[in-house]
Parts: sequence; structure tokens; C-alpha cells
Amino acid sequence: MTAVNNLSFSIEKGNVYGILGPNGSGKSTTLGMVLNVVNKTSGEFRWFDGNTSTHDALKKVGAIIEHPNFYPYMTAAQNLALVCKIKGTNKAKVEEKLEIVGLLDRKDSKFKTFSLGMKQRLAIASALLNDPEILILDEPTNGLDPQGIHQIREIIRKIASGGTTILLASHLLDEVEKVCSHVVIIRKGVKLYSGPVDEIVSSHGFFELKAINMNRLQELLEKHPKIGKITDKEGMLTAFLEEPMEAEDINRYLFEHGLSLSFLIKRKESLEEQFLQLTNQTAEA
Amino acid sequence: MLRLLEIEYNKLRYSRSARILIITYFILITFIALIASIEFNIGQIQFRVADQGIFNFPYIWHFNSYIAALLKIFLAIVIVSMMSNEYSNRTIKQNLIDGLSKKEFILSKFLTVLVFSGISTIFLFIVTLILGYSFSDFTEISIVFSDLEYILAYFIKLTGFFAFCMFLGILIKRSAFALGFLVVWAIFESILYGVLNFKVFKGTDIATNIMQFFPLEAMSNLVVEPFSRLNAVQAAANQIGGELDKDYGIHWYQLLIVIAWVFIFVYLSLFLLKKRDL
Repeated sequence: MTAVNNLSFSIEKGNVYGILGPNGSGKSTTLGMVLNVVNKTSGEFRWFDGNTSTHDALKKVGAIIEHPNFYPYMTAAQNLALVCKIKGTNKAKVEEKLEIVGLLDRKDSKFKTFSLGMKQRLAIASALLNDPEILILDEPTNGLDPQGIHQIREIIRKIASGGTTILLASHLLDEVEKVCSHVVIIRKGVKLYSGPVDEIVSSHGFFELKAINMNRLQELLEKHPKIGKITDKEGMLTAFLEEPMEAEDINRYLFEHGLSLSFLIKRKESLEEQFLQLTNQTAEA
Repeated sequence: MLRLLEIEYNKLRYSRSARILIITYFILITFIALIASIEFNIGQIQFRVADQGIFNFPYIWHFNSYIAALLKIFLAIVIVSMMSNEYSNRTIKQNLIDGLSKKEFILSKFLTVLVFSGISTIFLFIVTLILGYSFSDFTEISIVFSDLEYILAYFIKLTGFFAFCMFLGILIKRSAFALGFLVVWAIFESILYGVLNFKVFKGTDIATNIMQFFPLEAMSNLVVEPFSRLNAVQAAANQIGGELDKDYGIHWYQLLIVIAWVFIFVYLSLFLLKKRDL
């Protein structure tokens, strides 16, 4: 069974990276390997240009993997103090980080009394204790209610705005779309795409148009040099662009040719559509 | 090194069950003194254990290190659960991600094992000294501090046993099953001994020679039972015509076997941790 196969990518300082893939695609395994808790059969990884050993590098990294793991019988503050000891940093940061995730008033409650959302936020606080250069988050919003998801995303955004590099694994497309600047898409352990989020499919978007005289509309669109494929969908024409063009231009063009539109919108494929497109392509291939 | 011990200390000090077991353990060791107050009244004969010379120096070193070693099961529970809880809470994974190396993780646990054995040994030394000075017929310095090798053997014995528990905790990952396995292993060793001694190598020393290399047998050989050494027991044996000829001493090779097991258990633990995915 191969969980991750010939996957390779690199991340650069200051960006927010997403690792996107369906459940069981090897996201956690990949992160487990670079964090030294899953043994790799072959290949290599390097931290910080390869100048530091993994053991030392991990002290400059903050990471949470899947479930928040803490000692249930210890309080939030005691757990974080222990993490400080392991990372070899000063205990003074404990309260500051609890404040960031909004748990300061619960610092003396035992971990086992926490809700999942609170556990997850405590895990983020713990990952931040050493002011990491890279923050690795594996499905940080998994299993949370909408409010909890919102809180976590706000925290991530706050951290990202401070210049910390973030590597976020998720199967949620809108999460990656909302939070990340770059994305690596994997499926069954194989890389499908890596690069900026908005360039996943080299598409210039498409127009959806409607007019009283649909035949004339189609005729005119087919004549336009920048428009490629045209499809008819539920009484609406979808015209895919081959070169960038704004909605005003197509509107003006059609009006100059004596056609006025009753409906016009310019859209880009959502990440979800692009993602499905990407994963399906390889499924057939 | 201090950092590793501090980490383990932090993990243990907030765990209520570990605290209770450790305190119980040390209280029970001091209760060895209570044996002194045992009295039987069989008709006309009055029998006081304290008068039998069990608290005489240097015999008391042997007696106390044997009795105190029986209590090691309390700390064994603490050690097994401190290993397996790291798995069941999945904190071992988080520890490693937070920057503890696998070597450091095992080292921190083994240091804890050494500290437990060390403190037990010092504690036993003090309790025995006090008890001896209160009840012993001989209190000359040269007699008081003879036979101290029993204390050393006690330390090695505990370290060996706790290292075994540590390994089982990592191997089995569940404290109840690990302790169960410990019992099963003890039964296995005694059955094997029985089979070898009474069937395969009947009438020879071969069985004993082989069995002394097994971990639990090696540990129990370090401090053998002290009861048959008592005058009363010896006298009774002589009366019924039997003769008790037993080697109560501690030999260097016995210490060496247990120390070898300690290394084996520690390295096997490290090997398991390195090989496994978490």
C-alpha cells in the first residue's frame, strides 16, 4: 500500500500554503514524514535550506496533526508549560498565546473538560509557543461547528498577517481558497498541481449571457475572436474566454451589433469546480 | 538530561493516580517496621517475630531488601502506565512533533526509571538503618555496614524490573495488557523452569544454569528469600533431619546478567519506537 508516491514540492517563506486532497489522499502522511513521526521508505526532505537537522528544525516549527493531543489530567496552562520544556523555550509566552486563541480565562481548567473547539484552539496556542517560522496545521477545523470554524480561521488569518509561513492541510476547498495563497493538490499520494491558488486552471473565466434573441447572440459570440467554446445550458449561453476580456467589452461589442442583453455575468470556475476537474482528469487517465 | 527529567516530572506530578501509587509505595516500605510487632500466642508458647533476629545487622539488609522488593509492583504500575498513556493519549506523537527526539523520549523514561530505583534504594537504606539501630542486637559500625551488597543488588533488581516494565509499556501500548503480559511472562518462566528441571534435565544443575539468564529469574536470583536463613527455621530444619544448604550471596555475574537485560530492554524500546509509525 503506497500512501504517498513521488510527491515533491517546496514551500517559501511568508506564504500560506494549502495541501488539498480528498480524505485518505496522503496529506497527513506527508506531514507526518517531514515531522519525523512516519517513516518514509525513500526520498528526502529538508528544513530551512537543509542547514539544520530535522530535530533542531522542529524546534522552529509549530505543528498540530489531526486531533489535539494533550495530557487530559493537566490544565491548559500546565500542558503548555510542558510543551515549553520540550521545545526549550521560556514559559513566559504561555499566557500571551492563550490570549491569542481566547482561552486565557480557562487556563486553569483541565484539558479533558474542554470542548473540541477549545482543544483545537489550545493546540494552536501550543504550536505558537516558540514563535515558529513555519506553522503546520493539519485539518484544523475538522469536526468543529461553524462558529468554531470561523474562530479558527480568524486566528489563522491573524497569524498569517504577522508574516508566519503556514502550511495547511485540508480537504475543504473553500477553506484553502479563503486562507491560502498557494496550493498543492494531491490525490492518492500523487501531486496533481502546485502553484498559486488563482492559477490552478489556466482559465480566463467565462461569461454567462442571456438575450431575447438567443440565436443572434450565439452568432455574434461565435464571431468574436477572444471567445472559444460556447455551450447552451438551461436557456443560458456560457462563453469561455481564450484571452482575458472584461464584461464591459463584450457588452459594448454586442450592443454595437444591435443586441442588448438581459443577463450578463463574468465568472471564474470556483476552486471546487477546478478541483473536481483536476481530480477527474487523472481518474480517467 | 535535567531537562528530560523535568519533562517527566511535569508529566507525573499532575497525575493523581501516579501520585497516590508512589506515596503508597513509600509508606508501605516504612511499614516493614510493623513486622516487628507481630506476635503469636500458641498455647504456652509466645512467639515474637522481633525476637527472631530479623532486625539484626547485617541480616536486616538482606531481609529488608527482599521484603521491599515485593512492593515494586506499585511503581511497576506507574511505569507501565506512564509509557502506555503516551500512546493512548497520543501525546507521544505530539512530544515528537514538538521537538523531542525518539532517543530523548526513551532516555527521559529510562532516567525516570533510574530515579525511581535510586530513590527507593536510598529510602530503603535509611529505613533499614533506623530499624536496625532500634532493634538490632549488634550496633558496631563494622557489623552495621557489612553485607551492603544487598542494597546494590536491590537497586539493580529494581532497575531491571522497571526497564522490563518500560519496554512492555511501549511494546503493548495498553497498561492493563502490559501488566497482564508481565504476569503471563512470570508464569511462562516458572513453567519452563519446572519442565527443564523436573523433566528434561532431571537431577542436574543444567536447568538452573539456563534459567538464570531469563530476565525475571535473573532478577529474583539477585536477592534470594531470606527466611530459611533465620535461626529458628534452620533449627526446625535440622530437627526434621533436613539440611538447608542455600547460596544467599550475590555474585558479580548475577548483577551482570540483569544489567545486560537493562540495556537490552532500553535498546529494544528505542528500536520499536524508531521502527513504528505513530
